[in-house]
Amino acid sequence: MFPKPIQQSAPWARLTYKVLLPVALVLWLLPLIGVALTSVRPQGDLAAGNYFGIPSGFAGIENYTAVLTNSPIATYILNSFKVTVPTVIGAIALSCLTGFALAVYRFRFNLGIFFLFVAGNFIPFQILMVPVRDMTLRAGLYDTTLGLVLFHIAFQTGFCTLFMRNFIKGLPFALIESARVEGVSEWKIFRHIVLPLMRPAIAALAVLVFTFVWNDYFWATVLVQGQHAMPVTAGLYSLNGQWVAAWHLVSAGSIIAALPPVAMFFLMQKHFIAGLTLGATKG
Amino acid sequence: MTEAVAHKRVSRRPNRLKLAPWLFLAPGLLMFLIYVLVPIVESFWISFHDWDGLGAMSWIGMGNYVELLDDDTFYVSLWNNLLWLVLYLLSIPAGLAVALFLNQNVAGIRIYKSMFFFPFVISQVVVGLIFTWFYAPGFGPLSVFLEWLTGDEIAILADERYVTYGIILAGLWPQTAYCMILYLAGLNNINSEQVEAARMDGAKGFSMLWHVILPQLRPATFIALVVTVIGSLRSFDLVSIMTAGGPYGSSQVLSYFMYEQALSEYGYRMGYGASIAVVLFLIMMVFITFFITRMLNQERNI
Repeated sequence: MFPKPIQQSAPWARLTYKVLLPVALVLWLLPLIGVALTSVRPQGDLAAGNYFGIPSGFAGIENYTAVLTNSPIATYILNSFKVTVPTVIGAIALSCLTGFALAVYRFRFNLGIFFLFVAGNFIPFQILMVPVRDMTLRAGLYDTTLGLVLFHIAFQTGFCTLFMRNFIKGLPFALIESARVEGVSEWKIFRHIVLPLMRPAIAALAVLVFTFVWNDYFWATVLVQGQHAMPVTAGLYSLNGQWVAAWHLVSAGSIIAALPPVAMFFLMQKHFIAGLTLGATKG
Repeated sequence: MTEAVAHKRVSRRPNRLKLAPWLFLAPGLLMFLIYVLVPIVESFWISFHDWDGLGAMSWIGMGNYVELLDDDTFYVSLWNNLLWLVLYLLSIPAGLAVALFLNQNVAGIRIYKSMFFFPFVISQVVVGLIFTWFYAPGFGPLSVFLEWLTGDEIAILADERYVTYGIILAGLWPQTAYCMILYLAGLNNINSEQVEAARMDGAKGFSMLWHVILPQLRPATFIALVVTVIGSLRSFDLVSIMTAGGPYGSSQVLSYFMYEQALSEYGYRMGYGASIAVVLFLIMMVFITFFITRMLNQERNI
Protein backbone atom coordinates (compact mmCIF):
# COMPACT_ATOMS: atom_id res chain seq x y z
CA MET A 1 0.00 0.00 0.00
CA PHE A 2 1.18 3.47 -0.79
CA PRO A 3 1.46 5.84 0.93
CA LYS A 4 2.38 3.99 4.14
CA PRO A 5 -0.71 3.24 6.24
CA ILE A 6 -1.20 6.04 8.71
CA GLN A 7 -1.73 3.44 11.46
CA GLN A 8 1.98 2.66 11.28
CA SER A 9 2.95 6.29 11.82
CA ALA A 10 3.70 8.13 15.02
CA PRO A 11 0.70 9.14 17.13
CA TRP A 12 1.12 12.83 16.29
CA ALA A 13 1.00 12.04 12.56
CA ARG A 14 -2.17 10.03 13.03
CA LEU A 15 -3.75 12.85 14.96
CA THR A 16 -2.70 15.40 12.33
CA TYR A 17 -4.23 13.26 9.60
CA LYS A 18 -7.49 12.92 11.49
CA VAL A 19 -7.71 16.67 11.92
CA LEU A 20 -6.58 17.45 8.39
CA LEU A 21 -9.15 15.20 6.76
CA PRO A 22 -12.29 17.17 7.65
CA VAL A 23 -10.50 20.50 7.25
CA ALA A 24 -9.46 19.57 3.71
CA LEU A 25 -12.96 18.40 2.90
CA VAL A 26 -14.54 21.64 4.06
CA LEU A 27 -12.05 23.68 2.03
CA TRP A 28 -12.60 21.47 -1.01
CA LEU A 29 -16.37 21.74 -0.82
CA LEU A 30 -16.44 25.38 0.28
CA PRO A 31 -18.14 26.49 -2.95
CA LEU A 32 -20.91 23.94 -2.45
CA ILE A 33 -21.28 24.66 1.24
CA GLY A 34 -21.64 28.33 0.37
CA VAL A 35 -24.43 27.55 -2.05
CA ALA A 36 -26.20 25.22 0.37
CA LEU A 37 -26.09 27.85 3.13
CA THR A 38 -27.26 30.60 0.82
CA SER A 39 -30.17 28.53 -0.38
CA VAL A 40 -31.61 28.69 3.15
CA ARG A 41 -30.66 32.32 3.80
CA PRO A 42 -33.46 34.84 4.37
CA GLN A 43 -33.65 37.49 1.68
CA GLY A 44 -32.91 40.19 4.26
CA ASP A 45 -29.41 38.80 4.75
CA LEU A 46 -28.50 39.56 1.18
CA ALA A 47 -29.80 43.09 1.41
CA ALA A 48 -27.74 43.57 4.58
CA GLY A 49 -24.60 42.31 2.85
CA ASN A 50 -24.47 39.04 4.77
CA TYR A 51 -23.60 36.88 1.77
CA PHE A 52 -21.31 34.31 3.29
CA GLY A 53 -21.73 34.64 7.05
CA ILE A 54 -24.00 32.50 9.19
CA PRO A 55 -27.60 32.93 7.99
CA SER A 56 -29.61 35.04 10.39
CA GLY A 57 -32.44 32.55 10.20
CA PHE A 58 -33.65 29.51 8.33
CA ALA A 59 -35.58 30.41 5.21
CA GLY A 60 -35.07 27.19 3.35
CA ILE A 61 -38.74 26.38 3.08
CA GLU A 62 -39.66 29.83 1.74
CA ASN A 63 -36.79 29.88 -0.75
CA TYR A 64 -37.33 26.42 -2.13
CA THR A 65 -41.10 26.91 -2.31
CA ALA A 66 -40.57 30.20 -4.11
CA VAL A 67 -38.30 28.57 -6.66
CA LEU A 68 -40.62 25.66 -7.26
CA THR A 69 -43.82 27.68 -7.51
CA ASN A 70 -42.75 31.03 -8.98
CA SER A 71 -40.42 29.70 -11.65
CA PRO A 72 -40.69 27.07 -14.38
CA ILE A 73 -37.99 24.98 -12.69
CA ALA A 74 -40.37 22.08 -12.06
CA THR A 75 -41.06 21.97 -15.81
CA TYR A 76 -37.33 22.10 -16.51
CA ILE A 77 -36.69 19.21 -14.14
CA LEU A 78 -39.45 17.20 -15.76
CA ASN A 79 -37.97 17.96 -19.19
CA SER A 80 -34.57 16.77 -18.01
CA PHE A 81 -36.13 13.48 -16.98
CA LYS A 82 -37.92 13.26 -20.33
CA VAL A 83 -34.57 13.60 -22.05
CA THR A 84 -32.42 11.57 -19.70
CA VAL A 85 -34.48 8.44 -19.07
CA PRO A 86 -35.18 7.50 -22.72
CA THR A 87 -31.57 8.29 -23.59
CA VAL A 88 -30.28 5.94 -20.92
CA ILE A 89 -32.56 3.16 -22.14
CA GLY A 90 -31.83 3.74 -25.83
CA ALA A 91 -28.07 4.13 -25.58
CA ILE A 92 -27.72 1.06 -23.39
CA ALA A 93 -29.93 -1.07 -25.62
CA LEU A 94 -28.01 -0.12 -28.75
CA SER A 95 -24.60 -0.48 -27.14
CA CYS A 96 -25.40 -3.91 -25.72
CA LEU A 97 -25.92 -5.01 -29.32
CA THR A 98 -22.89 -3.23 -30.78
CA GLY A 99 -20.67 -4.26 -27.87
CA PHE A 100 -21.73 -7.88 -28.33
CA ALA A 101 -21.03 -7.78 -32.06
CA LEU A 102 -17.59 -6.25 -31.59
CA ALA A 103 -16.56 -8.52 -28.73
CA VAL A 104 -17.79 -11.88 -29.95
CA TYR A 105 -17.33 -11.98 -33.73
CA ARG A 106 -14.23 -11.90 -35.84
CA PHE A 107 -14.89 -10.02 -39.05
CA ARG A 108 -13.26 -7.46 -41.25
CA PHE A 109 -13.45 -3.90 -39.97
CA ASN A 110 -14.05 -5.12 -36.43
CA LEU A 111 -11.28 -3.06 -34.83
CA GLY A 112 -11.91 -0.29 -37.34
CA ILE A 113 -15.54 0.12 -36.31
CA PHE A 114 -14.63 -0.19 -32.66
CA PHE A 115 -12.14 2.65 -32.90
CA LEU A 116 -14.58 4.70 -34.93
CA PHE A 117 -16.92 4.62 -31.93
CA VAL A 118 -14.05 5.38 -29.56
CA ALA A 119 -12.83 8.30 -31.67
CA GLY A 120 -16.36 9.62 -32.12
CA ASN A 121 -16.47 9.98 -28.39
CA PHE A 122 -13.65 12.47 -28.26
CA ILE A 123 -14.60 14.85 -31.06
CA PRO A 124 -15.63 18.42 -30.33
CA PHE A 125 -19.40 18.89 -30.38
CA GLN A 126 -19.03 22.01 -32.52
CA ILE A 127 -18.21 19.96 -35.61
CA LEU A 128 -21.66 18.36 -35.31
CA MET A 129 -23.58 21.44 -34.28
CA VAL A 130 -24.64 23.04 -37.56
CA PRO A 131 -25.64 19.84 -39.40
CA VAL A 132 -27.39 18.26 -36.40
CA ARG A 133 -29.31 21.43 -35.68
CA ASP A 134 -30.28 21.72 -39.31
CA MET A 135 -31.34 18.09 -39.50
CA THR A 136 -33.38 18.42 -36.30
CA LEU A 137 -35.10 21.52 -37.67
CA ARG A 138 -35.96 19.82 -40.94
CA ALA A 139 -37.29 16.74 -39.15
CA GLY A 140 -39.60 18.99 -37.13
CA LEU A 141 -37.89 17.93 -33.92
CA TYR A 142 -36.33 21.28 -33.06
CA ASP A 143 -37.45 22.50 -29.65
CA THR A 144 -38.69 19.06 -28.58
CA THR A 145 -37.27 16.67 -26.02
CA LEU A 146 -37.33 13.92 -28.65
CA GLY A 147 -34.83 15.85 -30.77
CA LEU A 148 -32.43 15.92 -27.83
CA VAL A 149 -33.06 12.27 -27.01
CA LEU A 150 -32.20 11.04 -30.50
CA PHE A 151 -28.95 12.95 -30.63
CA HIS A 152 -27.90 11.89 -27.13
CA ILE A 153 -28.67 8.23 -27.85
CA ALA A 154 -26.50 8.30 -30.96
CA PHE A 155 -23.63 10.08 -29.27
CA GLN A 156 -23.69 8.12 -26.01
CA THR A 157 -23.82 4.85 -27.95
CA GLY A 158 -20.23 5.57 -28.97
CA PHE A 159 -19.04 5.80 -25.40
CA CYS A 160 -21.17 2.88 -24.22
CA THR A 161 -19.95 0.63 -27.03
CA LEU A 162 -16.37 1.02 -25.83
CA PHE A 163 -17.43 -0.01 -22.35
CA MET A 164 -19.73 -2.87 -23.34
CA ARG A 165 -17.29 -4.37 -25.80
CA ASN A 166 -14.47 -4.45 -23.25
CA PHE A 167 -16.78 -5.88 -20.64
CA ILE A 168 -18.02 -8.70 -22.88
CA LYS A 169 -14.44 -9.41 -23.97
CA GLY A 170 -13.73 -10.19 -20.33
CA LEU A 171 -16.49 -12.82 -20.11
CA PRO A 172 -15.50 -16.48 -20.59
CA PHE A 173 -15.77 -17.15 -24.30
CA ALA A 174 -16.13 -20.91 -23.76
CA LEU A 175 -19.70 -20.24 -22.67
CA ILE A 176 -20.56 -18.89 -26.11
CA GLU A 177 -18.57 -21.56 -27.94
CA SER A 178 -20.35 -24.40 -26.22
CA ALA A 179 -23.76 -22.88 -26.89
CA ARG A 180 -22.87 -22.63 -30.56
CA VAL A 181 -21.88 -26.27 -30.65
CA GLU A 182 -25.30 -27.02 -29.19
CA GLY A 183 -26.83 -25.14 -32.11
CA VAL A 184 -28.24 -22.22 -30.07
CA SER A 185 -29.02 -19.26 -32.31
CA GLU A 186 -26.85 -16.16 -32.08
CA TRP A 187 -29.76 -14.03 -30.86
CA LYS A 188 -30.52 -16.52 -28.09
CA ILE A 189 -26.86 -16.59 -27.10
CA PHE A 190 -27.00 -12.83 -26.77
CA ARG A 191 -30.36 -12.73 -25.04
CA HIS A 192 -30.06 -15.65 -22.63
CA ILE A 193 -26.35 -16.14 -22.01
CA VAL A 194 -24.56 -12.82 -22.42
CA LEU A 195 -27.21 -10.26 -21.46
CA PRO A 196 -27.82 -11.67 -17.96
CA LEU A 197 -24.08 -11.46 -17.29
CA MET A 198 -23.99 -7.83 -18.33
CA ARG A 199 -25.95 -6.49 -15.38
CA PRO A 200 -23.01 -4.77 -13.68
CA ALA A 201 -22.00 -3.10 -16.95
CA ILE A 202 -25.55 -1.96 -17.57
CA ALA A 203 -25.82 -0.54 -14.08
CA ALA A 204 -22.51 1.31 -14.45
CA LEU A 205 -23.45 2.79 -17.79
CA ALA A 206 -26.95 3.71 -16.69
CA VAL A 207 -25.62 6.00 -13.94
CA LEU A 208 -22.88 7.45 -16.11
CA VAL A 209 -25.12 8.22 -19.06
CA PHE A 210 -27.74 9.62 -16.72
CA THR A 211 -25.19 12.02 -15.23
CA PHE A 212 -23.66 13.05 -18.56
CA VAL A 213 -26.97 13.71 -20.23
CA TRP A 214 -28.55 15.38 -17.22
CA ASN A 215 -25.60 17.76 -17.03
CA ASP A 216 -25.48 18.51 -20.74
CA TYR A 217 -25.74 22.18 -21.44
CA PHE A 218 -24.45 22.61 -24.98
CA TRP A 219 -27.07 20.60 -26.82
CA ALA A 220 -29.79 21.91 -24.58
CA THR A 221 -29.01 25.40 -25.89
CA VAL A 222 -28.50 24.32 -29.51
CA LEU A 223 -31.55 22.11 -30.02
CA VAL A 224 -34.07 23.74 -27.68
CA GLN A 225 -35.37 27.23 -27.30
CA GLY A 226 -38.63 27.28 -25.42
CA GLN A 227 -39.54 26.63 -21.82
CA HIS A 228 -41.69 23.63 -22.67
CA ALA A 229 -38.72 21.47 -23.73
CA MET A 230 -35.75 23.10 -22.00
CA PRO A 231 -33.75 20.91 -19.59
CA VAL A 232 -32.81 22.20 -16.17
CA THR A 233 -29.21 23.13 -17.03
CA ALA A 234 -30.20 25.64 -19.68
CA GLY A 235 -33.26 26.63 -17.65
CA LEU A 236 -31.18 27.43 -14.60
CA TYR A 237 -28.95 29.68 -16.65
CA SER A 238 -31.87 31.62 -18.05
CA LEU A 239 -33.36 31.96 -14.54
CA ASN A 240 -30.03 33.31 -13.36
CA GLY A 241 -30.47 36.12 -15.85
CA GLN A 242 -33.90 36.97 -14.45
CA TRP A 243 -33.04 36.75 -10.78
CA VAL A 244 -30.33 39.38 -10.73
CA ALA A 245 -28.72 39.37 -7.28
CA ALA A 246 -31.37 36.98 -5.91
CA TRP A 247 -28.60 34.61 -4.91
CA HIS A 248 -30.74 32.76 -2.42
CA LEU A 249 -33.08 31.72 -5.25
CA VAL A 250 -30.27 30.91 -7.68
CA SER A 251 -28.67 28.77 -4.99
CA ALA A 252 -31.86 26.89 -4.25
CA GLY A 253 -32.33 26.33 -7.98
CA SER A 254 -28.77 25.05 -8.32
CA ILE A 255 -29.27 22.60 -5.49
CA ILE A 256 -32.50 21.33 -7.04
CA ALA A 257 -30.80 20.92 -10.43
CA ALA A 258 -27.83 19.08 -8.92
CA LEU A 259 -29.87 16.74 -6.74
CA PRO A 260 -30.85 13.96 -9.20
CA PRO A 261 -27.33 13.13 -10.43
CA VAL A 262 -25.96 13.43 -6.91
CA ALA A 263 -28.65 11.07 -5.59
CA MET A 264 -27.93 8.71 -8.47
CA PHE A 265 -24.23 8.81 -7.64
CA PHE A 266 -24.80 7.96 -3.99
CA LEU A 267 -27.20 5.13 -4.75
CA MET A 268 -24.99 3.54 -7.38
CA GLN A 269 -21.57 4.73 -6.28
CA LYS A 270 -19.79 1.44 -6.82
CA HIS A 271 -21.03 1.11 -10.39
CA PHE A 272 -20.46 4.76 -11.18
CA ILE A 273 -16.80 4.59 -10.23
CA ALA A 274 -16.33 1.22 -11.94
CA GLY A 275 -17.59 2.83 -15.14
CA LEU A 276 -15.38 5.92 -14.92
CA THR A 277 -12.21 4.09 -14.04
CA LEU A 278 -12.59 1.51 -16.77
CA GLY A 279 -9.15 1.06 -18.25
CA ALA A 280 -7.42 3.02 -15.51
CA THR A 281 -6.31 -0.09 -13.68
CA LYS A 282 -5.11 -2.41 -16.38
CA GLY A 283 -2.97 -2.23 -19.45
CA MET B 1 -31.70 -34.99 -34.65
CA THR B 2 -30.94 -36.81 -37.88
CA GLU B 3 -27.56 -36.79 -39.48
CA ALA B 4 -28.76 -34.71 -42.43
CA VAL B 5 -30.27 -31.94 -40.29
CA ALA B 6 -27.17 -31.73 -38.17
CA HIS B 7 -25.07 -31.47 -41.27
CA LYS B 8 -27.21 -28.73 -42.68
CA ARG B 9 -26.84 -26.71 -39.50
CA VAL B 10 -23.11 -27.00 -39.47
CA SER B 11 -22.80 -26.00 -43.09
CA ARG B 12 -25.02 -22.97 -42.52
CA ARG B 13 -23.01 -21.75 -39.59
CA PRO B 14 -20.24 -19.86 -41.38
CA ASN B 15 -22.85 -17.74 -43.17
CA ARG B 16 -24.73 -17.16 -39.99
CA LEU B 17 -21.56 -16.00 -38.26
CA LYS B 18 -20.83 -13.64 -41.12
CA LEU B 19 -24.19 -11.93 -41.07
CA ALA B 20 -24.82 -11.89 -37.33
CA PRO B 21 -22.33 -9.15 -36.35
CA TRP B 22 -23.83 -6.77 -38.90
CA LEU B 23 -27.34 -7.38 -37.64
CA PHE B 24 -26.24 -6.64 -34.10
CA LEU B 25 -24.31 -3.56 -35.22
CA ALA B 26 -26.98 -2.14 -37.52
CA PRO B 27 -29.11 -0.01 -35.15
CA GLY B 28 -26.22 1.51 -33.22
CA LEU B 29 -24.03 2.04 -36.24
CA LEU B 30 -26.88 3.63 -38.18
CA MET B 31 -27.61 6.15 -35.42
CA PHE B 32 -23.93 6.90 -35.09
CA LEU B 33 -23.64 7.38 -38.83
CA ILE B 34 -26.59 9.76 -39.02
CA TYR B 35 -25.77 11.86 -35.99
CA VAL B 36 -21.96 11.77 -35.81
CA LEU B 37 -20.13 10.62 -38.93
CA VAL B 38 -22.20 12.25 -41.65
CA PRO B 39 -22.42 15.62 -39.82
CA ILE B 40 -18.62 15.74 -39.59
CA VAL B 41 -18.37 15.51 -43.37
CA GLU B 42 -21.25 17.99 -43.77
CA SER B 43 -19.49 20.50 -41.54
CA PHE B 44 -16.42 20.39 -43.76
CA TRP B 45 -18.69 20.99 -46.75
CA ILE B 46 -20.58 23.86 -45.11
CA SER B 47 -17.30 25.52 -44.13
CA PHE B 48 -16.64 26.30 -47.80
CA HIS B 49 -19.92 28.21 -48.07
CA ASP B 50 -21.53 31.41 -47.03
CA TRP B 51 -24.76 30.35 -45.38
CA ASP B 52 -27.25 31.90 -42.97
CA GLY B 53 -28.80 28.53 -42.15
CA LEU B 54 -32.04 29.20 -44.02
CA GLY B 55 -31.48 30.43 -47.56
CA ALA B 56 -29.32 28.95 -50.28
CA MET B 57 -25.67 28.19 -49.64
CA SER B 58 -23.19 30.02 -51.80
CA TRP B 59 -19.79 28.52 -52.48
CA ILE B 60 -16.91 30.72 -51.41
CA GLY B 61 -14.12 28.15 -51.34
CA MET B 62 -11.50 29.01 -48.73
CA GLY B 63 -13.18 32.38 -48.09
CA ASN B 64 -14.16 31.58 -44.50
CA TYR B 65 -10.69 30.34 -43.67
CA VAL B 66 -9.07 33.41 -45.18
CA GLU B 67 -11.36 35.61 -43.11
CA LEU B 68 -10.48 33.58 -40.03
CA LEU B 69 -6.80 34.35 -40.51
CA ASP B 70 -7.66 38.04 -40.30
CA ASP B 71 -9.92 37.75 -37.28
CA ASP B 72 -8.36 38.90 -34.01
CA THR B 73 -10.86 36.89 -31.98
CA PHE B 74 -9.58 33.76 -33.67
CA TYR B 75 -6.10 34.36 -32.31
CA VAL B 76 -7.38 35.23 -28.86
CA SER B 77 -9.35 31.95 -28.92
CA LEU B 78 -6.34 29.94 -30.03
CA TRP B 79 -4.20 31.45 -27.32
CA ASN B 80 -6.84 30.83 -24.69
CA ASN B 81 -7.28 27.25 -25.86
CA LEU B 82 -3.55 26.79 -25.39
CA LEU B 83 -3.78 28.29 -21.88
CA TRP B 84 -6.65 25.92 -21.10
CA LEU B 85 -4.67 22.97 -22.40
CA VAL B 86 -1.55 23.72 -20.36
CA LEU B 87 -3.22 24.79 -17.12
CA TYR B 88 -5.89 22.10 -17.23
CA LEU B 89 -3.10 19.52 -17.08
CA LEU B 90 -2.45 20.68 -13.51
CA SER B 91 -5.51 18.67 -12.55
CA ILE B 92 -3.47 15.48 -13.10
CA PRO B 93 -0.79 16.08 -10.43
CA ALA B 94 -3.42 17.73 -8.24
CA GLY B 95 -5.67 14.69 -8.57
CA LEU B 96 -2.75 12.41 -7.75
CA ALA B 97 -1.95 14.48 -4.66
CA VAL B 98 -5.53 14.30 -3.39
CA ALA B 99 -5.66 10.57 -4.14
CA LEU B 100 -2.45 9.96 -2.18
CA PHE B 101 -3.84 11.99 0.69
CA LEU B 102 -7.05 9.96 0.77
CA ASN B 103 -5.54 6.52 0.16
CA GLN B 104 -5.72 5.39 3.79
CA ASN B 105 -7.78 2.93 5.75
CA VAL B 106 -9.33 5.01 8.48
CA ALA B 107 -12.88 5.10 9.69
CA GLY B 108 -15.21 6.89 7.28
CA ILE B 109 -12.66 7.25 4.49
CA ARG B 110 -15.08 5.95 1.89
CA ILE B 111 -17.45 8.80 2.62
CA TYR B 112 -14.57 11.25 2.36
CA LYS B 113 -13.56 9.84 -1.01
CA SER B 114 -17.03 10.18 -2.43
CA MET B 115 -17.49 13.68 -1.01
CA PHE B 116 -14.25 14.73 -2.70
CA PHE B 117 -15.67 13.43 -5.95
CA PHE B 118 -18.76 15.61 -5.66
CA PRO B 119 -17.66 18.50 -7.92
CA PHE B 120 -17.49 16.14 -10.88
CA VAL B 121 -21.04 14.89 -10.45
CA ILE B 122 -22.73 18.27 -10.59
CA SER B 123 -23.32 20.18 -13.80
CA GLN B 124 -20.76 22.67 -15.06
CA VAL B 125 -23.59 25.17 -15.20
CA VAL B 126 -23.88 24.95 -11.43
CA VAL B 127 -20.08 25.06 -11.06
CA GLY B 128 -19.99 28.14 -13.28
CA LEU B 129 -22.69 29.92 -11.30
CA ILE B 130 -20.97 29.09 -8.01
CA PHE B 131 -17.61 30.42 -9.12
CA THR B 132 -19.07 33.55 -10.69
CA TRP B 133 -20.49 34.28 -7.33
CA PHE B 134 -17.21 33.49 -5.57
CA TYR B 135 -15.45 35.98 -7.82
CA ALA B 136 -18.07 38.70 -7.35
CA PRO B 137 -16.23 41.91 -6.47
CA GLY B 138 -16.90 43.26 -3.03
CA PHE B 139 -18.33 40.18 -1.35
CA GLY B 140 -17.22 37.01 -3.16
CA PRO B 141 -14.88 35.03 -0.87
CA LEU B 142 -12.19 34.60 -3.54
CA SER B 143 -12.40 38.24 -4.40
CA VAL B 144 -12.22 39.27 -0.73
CA PHE B 145 -9.26 36.95 -0.25
CA LEU B 146 -7.44 38.45 -3.21
CA GLU B 147 -8.12 41.94 -1.95
CA TRP B 148 -6.68 41.02 1.42
CA LEU B 149 -3.65 39.50 -0.32
CA THR B 150 -2.90 42.29 -2.75
CA GLY B 151 -4.63 45.29 -1.25
CA ASP B 152 -6.44 45.84 -4.53
CA GLU B 153 -9.96 44.99 -5.48
CA ILE B 154 -9.80 42.79 -8.55
CA ALA B 155 -12.91 41.98 -10.55
CA ILE B 156 -11.51 38.77 -11.99
CA LEU B 157 -14.23 38.04 -14.51
CA ALA B 158 -14.37 41.64 -15.71
CA ASP B 159 -10.63 42.01 -16.12
CA GLU B 160 -9.15 41.03 -19.47
CA ARG B 161 -5.88 40.03 -17.83
CA TYR B 162 -7.32 37.51 -15.37
CA VAL B 163 -10.62 36.35 -16.75
CA THR B 164 -9.39 33.19 -18.51
CA TYR B 165 -7.36 32.11 -15.48
CA GLY B 166 -10.44 32.60 -13.34
CA ILE B 167 -12.54 30.36 -15.56
CA ILE B 168 -9.83 27.71 -15.80
CA LEU B 169 -9.56 27.62 -12.01
CA ALA B 170 -13.28 26.83 -11.86
CA GLY B 171 -12.73 24.06 -14.42
CA LEU B 172 -9.84 22.58 -12.46
CA TRP B 173 -12.11 21.89 -9.52
CA PRO B 174 -14.26 19.13 -11.10
CA GLN B 175 -11.42 17.91 -13.30
CA THR B 176 -9.14 17.34 -10.30
CA ALA B 177 -11.91 15.32 -8.72
CA TYR B 178 -12.08 13.16 -11.83
CA CYS B 179 -8.32 12.55 -11.92
CA MET B 180 -8.41 11.77 -8.21
CA ILE B 181 -10.91 8.96 -8.78
CA LEU B 182 -8.79 7.52 -11.59
CA TYR B 183 -5.73 7.51 -9.35
CA LEU B 184 -7.60 6.08 -6.36
CA ALA B 185 -8.63 3.15 -8.53
CA GLY B 186 -5.05 2.78 -9.75
CA LEU B 187 -3.63 2.92 -6.23
CA ASN B 188 -6.07 0.25 -5.21
CA ASN B 189 -4.43 -2.13 -7.67
CA ILE B 190 -0.82 -1.42 -6.78
CA ASN B 191 1.29 -4.55 -6.40
CA SER B 192 1.92 -4.57 -2.65
CA GLU B 193 4.78 -7.08 -2.85
CA GLN B 194 6.74 -4.76 -5.07
CA VAL B 195 6.08 -1.90 -2.69
CA GLU B 196 7.22 -3.94 0.29
CA ALA B 197 10.33 -5.11 -1.57
CA ALA B 198 11.19 -1.54 -2.47
CA ARG B 199 10.64 -0.54 1.14
CA MET B 200 13.13 -3.20 2.22
CA ASP B 201 15.62 -1.63 -0.16
CA GLY B 202 15.12 1.65 1.62
CA ALA B 203 12.91 3.41 -0.92
CA LYS B 204 10.40 5.79 0.55
CA GLY B 205 8.62 9.05 0.04
CA PHE B 206 9.21 10.74 -3.28
CA SER B 207 11.70 8.22 -4.69
CA MET B 208 9.26 5.40 -3.98
CA LEU B 209 6.49 7.38 -5.67
CA TRP B 210 8.61 8.20 -8.69
CA HIS B 211 10.33 4.85 -9.29
CA VAL B 212 7.84 2.29 -8.01
CA ILE B 213 4.36 3.74 -7.80
CA LEU B 214 4.07 6.00 -10.83
CA PRO B 215 5.18 3.33 -13.34
CA GLN B 216 2.39 1.14 -11.99
CA LEU B 217 -0.06 4.00 -12.31
CA ARG B 218 0.64 4.51 -16.00
CA PRO B 219 -2.78 3.31 -17.20
CA ALA B 220 -4.47 5.75 -14.84
CA THR B 221 -2.18 8.56 -15.97
CA PHE B 222 -2.94 7.79 -19.59
CA ILE B 223 -6.71 7.95 -19.11
CA ALA B 224 -6.35 11.10 -17.02
CA LEU B 225 -4.29 12.66 -19.82
CA VAL B 226 -6.86 11.73 -22.45
CA VAL B 227 -9.86 13.08 -20.58
CA THR B 228 -8.03 16.21 -19.47
CA VAL B 229 -6.66 17.18 -22.89
CA ILE B 230 -9.98 16.52 -24.61
CA GLY B 231 -11.86 18.26 -21.81
CA SER B 232 -9.67 21.36 -22.06
CA LEU B 233 -10.24 21.71 -25.80
CA ARG B 234 -13.96 21.13 -25.38
CA SER B 235 -14.35 23.80 -22.70
CA PHE B 236 -17.61 25.49 -23.50
CA ASP B 237 -20.03 25.42 -20.59
CA LEU B 238 -17.94 27.44 -18.15
CA VAL B 239 -17.01 30.11 -20.69
CA SER B 240 -20.63 30.40 -21.75
CA ILE B 241 -21.98 30.60 -18.18
CA MET B 242 -19.32 32.75 -16.56
CA THR B 243 -18.49 35.37 -19.21
CA ALA B 244 -19.97 34.49 -22.60
CA GLY B 245 -16.49 35.10 -23.96
CA GLY B 246 -16.17 38.56 -22.50
CA PRO B 247 -15.07 41.11 -21.54
CA TYR B 248 -14.48 42.22 -25.14
CA GLY B 249 -13.90 38.66 -26.31
CA SER B 250 -10.90 38.22 -24.02
CA SER B 251 -12.03 34.86 -22.61
CA GLN B 252 -13.04 33.40 -25.97
CA VAL B 253 -12.16 29.83 -26.84
CA LEU B 254 -12.70 28.16 -30.21
CA SER B 255 -15.73 26.19 -29.08
CA TYR B 256 -17.59 29.23 -27.82
CA PHE B 257 -16.43 31.47 -30.67
CA MET B 258 -17.88 28.97 -33.12
CA TYR B 259 -21.20 28.84 -31.29
CA GLU B 260 -21.40 32.61 -31.14
CA GLN B 261 -20.70 33.03 -34.86
CA ALA B 262 -23.18 30.39 -35.92
CA LEU B 263 -26.03 31.04 -33.51
CA SER B 264 -25.97 34.48 -32.04
CA GLU B 265 -27.76 37.75 -32.28
CA TYR B 266 -25.01 38.99 -34.60
CA GLY B 267 -26.52 36.88 -37.35
CA TYR B 268 -26.37 33.25 -38.28
CA ARG B 269 -23.04 32.69 -39.98
CA MET B 270 -23.17 28.93 -40.34
CA GLY B 271 -20.35 28.67 -42.88
CA TYR B 272 -17.98 30.78 -40.82
CA GLY B 273 -18.93 28.87 -37.68
CA ALA B 274 -18.34 25.59 -39.46
CA SER B 275 -14.84 26.70 -40.50
CA ILE B 276 -13.99 27.43 -36.84
CA ALA B 277 -15.39 24.02 -35.90
CA VAL B 278 -13.21 22.41 -38.56
CA VAL B 279 -10.10 24.06 -37.13
CA LEU B 280 -11.01 22.88 -33.63
CA PHE B 281 -11.73 19.42 -35.00
CA LEU B 282 -8.35 19.22 -36.76
CA ILE B 283 -6.50 20.33 -33.62
CA MET B 284 -8.39 17.71 -31.65
CA MET B 285 -7.68 15.04 -34.26
CA VAL B 286 -3.95 15.42 -33.63
CA PHE B 287 -4.53 14.35 -30.03
CA ILE B 288 -7.21 11.79 -30.83
CA THR B 289 -4.99 10.10 -33.41
CA PHE B 290 -2.17 9.94 -30.90
CA PHE B 291 -4.40 8.47 -28.20
CA ILE B 292 -6.12 6.01 -30.53
CA THR B 293 -2.82 4.76 -31.94
CA ARG B 294 -1.65 4.03 -28.43
CA MET B 295 -4.86 2.24 -27.53
CA LEU B 296 -4.74 0.29 -30.76
CA ASN B 297 -1.21 -0.91 -30.03
CA GLN B 298 -2.33 -2.01 -26.59
CA GLU B 299 -5.25 -3.84 -28.15
CA ARG B 300 -2.99 -5.67 -30.59
CA ASN B 301 -0.63 -6.74 -27.83
CA ILE B 302 -3.31 -8.59 -25.90
